[in-house]
Amino acid sequence: MSPVNFVYLASVLFAIGAAAVLLRRNAIVAFMGVELMLNAANLTLVAFSRMIGEINGQIMAFFVMVVAAAEVVVGLAIIIAVFRARQSISLDEPSELKG
Amino acid sequence: MISPVLFWFVAFITVIPALALIFSRRPVHVAMAVVLVMVGLAISYVALDAPFLGAVQIIVYTGAVMMLFLFTLMLVGVDKRESLKETITGQRWIALALAIGLGALLISVVSRLTFSVSERATVGEPTEVAGWLFGDYVLVVEVLGFLLITAAVGALVLTHVPRLFPKRTQAEIQAARIAAGADPVNKAFPGFYARHNALDAPALDPEGNPIEDSVSRVLRARNQTIDGSEFKDDNKARRRELGAKEDDA
Repeated sequence: MSPVNFVYLASVLFAIGAAAVLLRRNAIVAFMGVELMLNAANLTLVAFSRMIGEINGQIMAFFVMVVAAAEVVVGLAIIIAVFRARQSISLDEPSELKG
Repeated sequence: MISPVLFWFVAFITVIPALALIFSRRPVHVAMAVVLVMVGLAISYVALDAPFLGAVQIIVYTGAVMMLFLFTLMLVGVDKRESLKETITGQRWIALALAIGLGALLISVVSRLTFSVSERATVGEPTEVAGWLFGDYVLVVEVLGFLLITAAVGALVLTHVPRLFPKRTQAEIQAARIAAGADPVNKAFPGFYARHNALDAPALDPEGNPIEDSVSRVLRARNQTIDGSEFKDDNKARRRELGAKEDDA
């Protein structure tokens, strides 16, 4: 079976992640959707790396993982700060902040 | 080449749990489903000749990132349910249509292209990856080090809460206790000076009388204490032996 199939799989996962970001109100679940999209992109990088037969794609996927880890730390800290301020992590409520 | 059984297995344990992101009500269930997705992706990395990335995926994503999500869920309350009230009418269906459209678009674009698959694969073993990371990409690695430190400091700053009241010192706490009428010294330990060195036997004061306060309130409420009277008589006899007057006791 060709590695191209993994690109299809990554497309499906990316769409599911995007749907989660668009549909869910819970900030943590929406954030997990972002993580799923990042991982889908990683899967395409690794699949293309296998197709080309070079390792650069894997190095790039590794960098994406490191950046994603840093992003998760800051993102979750922001979610906790918002929760402390508003006692809620619903994504709808910050929109009510505008005067 | 990759075996079809492995591909379909990976597809099954990534796509089905990923749907929990859209349909599951409880955030903890979503987090556990995403853990399964990450494990499936790790399997696919190993199948795609990237064993190092597979291991990193397990360690970083299932081990660190998803556990961090679970800790955050614990902090903000596991039972927080989402409100299903739509603030923008029809937003749910528009979002679903957009997501399905995006998936269809991606799949159709990929299916129109022809890819040449190289027979020769560079296996991403740790030595090979390390050679690239600390060779050609060493500057990027250093920048990522800065990024990680900045992220850690940023998280500390964001979650820091300034103290509302000045910290109370031990002396202040003690003064407050005395002012509230507490005994300035410790209560006697149960069993102290008594015959039975046990929690249920009250301590005896120098007169030989049991000190009720020395026994835990819980034991007293359950009537599980020895009242100490048996020691009292014994004590009287002992004191008589020592030549004390009867009326002293």
